[in-house]
Amino acid sequence: MKLKPEVRQDRPSTRRVQGIRGRVQLFSIKSSPFTITMSLRVLVGVKRVIDYAVKIRVRPDKLGVVTDGVKHSMNPFDEIAIEEAVRLKEKKIAKEVVAISCGPTQAQETIRTALAMGADRGIHVEIPAKEVEKLEPLHVAKIMAKLVEQEKADLVVLGKQAIDDDSNATAQMTAALLDWPQATFASKIEKTDGELQVTREVDGGLEIIKVKLPAVVSADLRLNEPRYATLPNIMKAKKKKIAKMKAADLGVDTSPHFEVLDVADPPVREAGIKVEDVDTLVTKLKDAGRI
Amino acid sequence: MLLPCRLLSSVAPQRLWVGLGSRVTGSVNSLTSFRAINTSPKDASTPAVQHAEEENTSTEAAKLKKPKRAPFIKNLFLGRFDKSVLEFPEVLDQDQHELLHEMVVPIERYFLEQVDGPKIDRDAKIPEETLQGLKELGLFGQQIPQEYGGLGLGATEYARIAEITSLDGSIAVTLAAHQAIGLKGILICGTDAQKEKYLPQLACGDWTAAFCLTEPSSGSDAASIQTRATLSDDGKTWLINGSKIWISNGGFADLMTVFAKTTKILPSGEKKDKVTAFIVERSFGGVSSGPPEDKLGIRGSNTCEVFFDNTPVPAENVLGEVGGGFKVAMNILNSGRFSMGSSGAGMLKRLLSWSIDHAVNRKQFGNYLSEFAMIKEKFGRMSANIYAMESMAYLTAGILDGQEDPDCSVEAAIVKVFSSEGAWKWCSECLQVLGGLGYMKSYPFERYLRDARILLIFEGTNEILRLFIGLSGLQTAGGELREVVQKLRNPLMNPGFIIGKGIERFRQQKDNPKLDLDIAGHLHPTLQPSAQLLEYCVKRFQYSVEMVLAKHGQAVAAPKNQLDVARLADCAIDLYAMTAVLSRASRAYCIGLKNAAHEIQLASVFSAEAAERIKTRVRDLEIGPVQNHDDLYSRIADAVVENKGYVAEHPLTRTFW
Repeated sequence: MKLKPEVRQDRPSTRRVQGIRGRVQLFSIKSSPFTITMSLRVLVGVKRVIDYAVKIRVRPDKLGVVTDGVKHSMNPFDEIAIEEAVRLKEKKIAKEVVAISCGPTQAQETIRTALAMGADRGIHVEIPAKEVEKLEPLHVAKIMAKLVEQEKADLVVLGKQAIDDDSNATAQMTAALLDWPQATFASKIEKTDGELQVTREVDGGLEIIKVKLPAVVSADLRLNEPRYATLPNIMKAKKKKIAKMKAADLGVDTSPHFEVLDVADPPVREAGIKVEDVDTLVTKLKDAGRI
Repeated sequence: MLLPCRLLSSVAPQRLWVGLGSRVTGSVNSLTSFRAINTSPKDASTPAVQHAEEENTSTEAAKLKKPKRAPFIKNLFLGRFDKSVLEFPEVLDQDQHELLHEMVVPIERYFLEQVDGPKIDRDAKIPEETLQGLKELGLFGQQIPQEYGGLGLGATEYARIAEITSLDGSIAVTLAAHQAIGLKGILICGTDAQKEKYLPQLACGDWTAAFCLTEPSSGSDAASIQTRATLSDDGKTWLINGSKIWISNGGFADLMTVFAKTTKILPSGEKKDKVTAFIVERSFGGVSSGPPEDKLGIRGSNTCEVFFDNTPVPAENVLGEVGGGFKVAMNILNSGRFSMGSSGAGMLKRLLSWSIDHAVNRKQFGNYLSEFAMIKEKFGRMSANIYAMESMAYLTAGILDGQEDPDCSVEAAIVKVFSSEGAWKWCSECLQVLGGLGYMKSYPFERYLRDARILLIFEGTNEILRLFIGLSGLQTAGGELREVVQKLRNPLMNPGFIIGKGIERFRQQKDNPKLDLDIAGHLHPTLQPSAQLLEYCVKRFQYSVEMVLAKHGQAVAAPKNQLDVARLADCAIDLYAMTAVLSRASRAYCIGLKNAAHEIQLASVFSAEAAERIKTRVRDLEIGPVQNHDDLYSRIADAVVENKGYVAEHPLTRTFW
C-alpha cells in the first residue's frame, strides 16, 4: 500500500524533537523514503470490559446488561496487544508505547494496568458513563485515527475484538480511516526492514503477510501470553502520565448510528426426553424435522 | 520455625512466663511489678516499622497520624472504653486506595491461573517457577521500604494482600516466614548498614529469609534456648553452635535471624546468660539443614531442622543489642500476627462460595440443600464470623497504620486466636455441607482443613496467647486497681470507699450495671440495641476483672488459675470482636455501602451471641470453681494424669455374676 506523502513529510521535524537517535536513523537509512527507523511509536487500544469470569445478566429494562458493581478488567485481546507492543519496545523496535482507552472515568484503571505492564503513557478519552454502551467501533476508530495524527504514531496495535460486544471492527475501520495497511488476527509479528511480517491464523493453516509501516495490527489469542503486572511496576506506573480529553476535543462526534431495541438472554436449553428404543428415537427426530 | 510456635509475643514477658510456667516464681511479686516490664512504647512491636513504611508510601503529603492513645484492650480491663475505636479507621488516601486495588488484581489472577494448590500439597513442594513468579510480582518485599526495593506497604495493605495469598496455605506460610518474621528483625531494629546490605536482595526474592528461634527443648518458653554464641578473642566474630527445629524456609533460606544465648558479664563481675539476635548468612559456613518435615498441612512450605556448627558471624551482624534478643523476638512475633484475621477471612470467603455452589445444586428429599434450615444456619453463622474476623483484622491494621506509636500486641493476639479458631471450625463446616464429597481429595476442602490446623499452633499457641491476652490486661489493670483491691479486701478500714463501691457492686451483683458510657451515641441509631449490649458487656467485664484480681491477687498468674484468666481473655476477644463489627457496620450504614443493611444484620447477630457468651463467662467467674465445674474437671484430670490414661473401668466390666 502506498502511503500518503503528506503524512510522512512532517516526520523528520518531529523526530528531531523526540531525540537524536530517531532522527539519525531516519536519515541514515536511504533505501526508501518511507523506511521507518528502529524506533516506532506504538498506539495500543485498551478497553475496559466486564471481566471474562463474570456471569452476564440482562438489565431489567432489557436494553443492556448489568454493569453496576460488576467486576471489570482489561479486554483480554487488548492485554495481548499491550504485551506485544511492550515486547517490541523491549526489542528496541518501538520507542514509545501509548495506551489509549475510550470509556468512563474507571477506564483509567485499565490504562493504569497497561502502564504497569510496560506502556509509557496513557491517553484517556473520557466518554460519559451513560454513553459508553452506545459507543460504536466507528467512533473509536475515528478517535484512534485522530490520535495517530496527533501523536505521529507509526503503528497501531489493537485487540482483534472486545469480549463485550464482539464487534471485531475497530482495527479495520481505523486502518481504513488512516488509509494504512492492516494486518488483522496476528498470531506472530516480526519486524523486517520497514515492514512487518505478520502471521495470521486462517482456516486450515497459517497465512503470512507483509505490511508496510505505518500499519494497523489486530492481535489474536495466540500472539503471546501477556505478563502479570508486577506490584513494583504498578507503583512505578503511578508516576506515568495519563492525558485526559473528550471525544469532542478531537472533533469526533459520538452520536450513535443505531439504537438498541432489545437485549435478551440466550434461550434456555429445553429439557430432553427419554425414548424407549432406537425406532422411537428415529420417529421423534423425523417428526421434529431433524432428519 | 514452623513459625514461632512459641512465643508469645509479647512485650511483657520474661518474668511473666516464668510465673506461668512451672519454673521459678520468685520474681512475680505483684501485679505492679509486671507493669514496669511492660509498656514502654518502644517495645510496641510494629510502630517503628509502620513509620518507616508510611514515610515511603507513594503520596507526597506527609500523613498525619492520630496521636498515641492508650492500648484499647488493656484499657478495657479498667472499664475504660475508648470510643474513638467506634470510628472505623480510614487510613488509605485515594491514591493508596487505588494503588492497592490495582495490586490486588494481578495477584488474584496469578493465584487463580498459576498456582496449583493440590499439586503443591501432593508433592510437598512449591514449584520453582511458581516461587519465581511470586518474587517477580513483588510479594517478597511487601513491607520493605521502597528505598530498599520493596513495596513499603502498611499494615492495612499487607492485610489485604494476605487475603489473597492465603488461598494457598503453603505459599502463605512461605511468604510469612520470609517477611513477617524472617526479615522483620532487620526492619524493626536493623542498623542502616544492615538494611542497606540485606534488604534489597530480600525484597526482590533473590534471597529468602527464615526465623530461627524454636529448639527441641524450647517451645513456648523462648527464653530457655540452648544455642550458644561465643565471641572470639579479638571481639570481631561470634561463633554460633546449636540446632533449631521446625524452621520454615529452613532448607533454602539464604539469611536467617538466629537467636542464641550469649554470656554477659555484669558490672559486678557476675556472668549472666542473655538471648541475642544475629543475622546469619548461610554462606558464613557451618550451616546445614535436615530433611524437610512431613506434615499434616501446609505441606508445600519447607520446614526443617537447621544446625549451626561453629558458624562465624561478624560482630556487626548482631541484631539490636547484645543481650536484647528476647525483646527483638517478641517484637517480631507481635508485629506479624494481626494479618491472620484477613488471611483466614480470605480463605473462608472462598470456601463459603464453593460450598454454597454445592448447596444450591444438590437436591435431596426434593429440596435443594440450600433450603434446609440446618445448612442455612451454617452459612449464616459463618458469614457473621467472617465479618467479625475481617472487622477485627482491619480495625487492628487501621490502628497500626493510623496512630502514633501504636501498641496492638494484645489486639493482634486476639485477632490471631479468634481467626485461627474460626478458620478451623468453619473450614470444617464447609466440608460438612458437602458431606462425603467434602472428605474426598478431589475437592479442596480437606486440604484447606489440614492447612488451617497449624493456625491454632504456630505464632504462639492459642493457649499461650489467651494467657498473654488475659495477663497483659490484668497487668495493666492490676497497677491501677491495686489500691481498689486492697480496700475491697479490707472493708473495715475503708468504710467510705466501700459504700461507694458497694452501690456499684450491688448493681453488678444484681446483673444490672449502670450504663453510662454512651456507646450508642457513637454508632448509627439502627445499632442501638447492640450498642447497649456492648456497653453492658464492657461493664460486666470490668466487674469480672476486679473480681478475679480480688480473688487471686498476685497469684493470678499461677498455673492453677489459668481458667479464670482464659475466661477474661475470651471475654476480651468477644468484646473486641463486638466493637469491631459494630464500628464497621455503623460506618457501612452511614456512608451508604451496598448491602449495608445486611452488614447491620451480621453485626447485630454477632453482638447478641457474643454478649451471651460473655454473660455465661461472667456468671462462671461469679459462681466459682465448684459450681462452674472447674474443680471437678481438675480432679478428673488429676486422676487421669495419675493413672497415665483413662481411669473409668470398661463398660463391660462386672463385679458380680
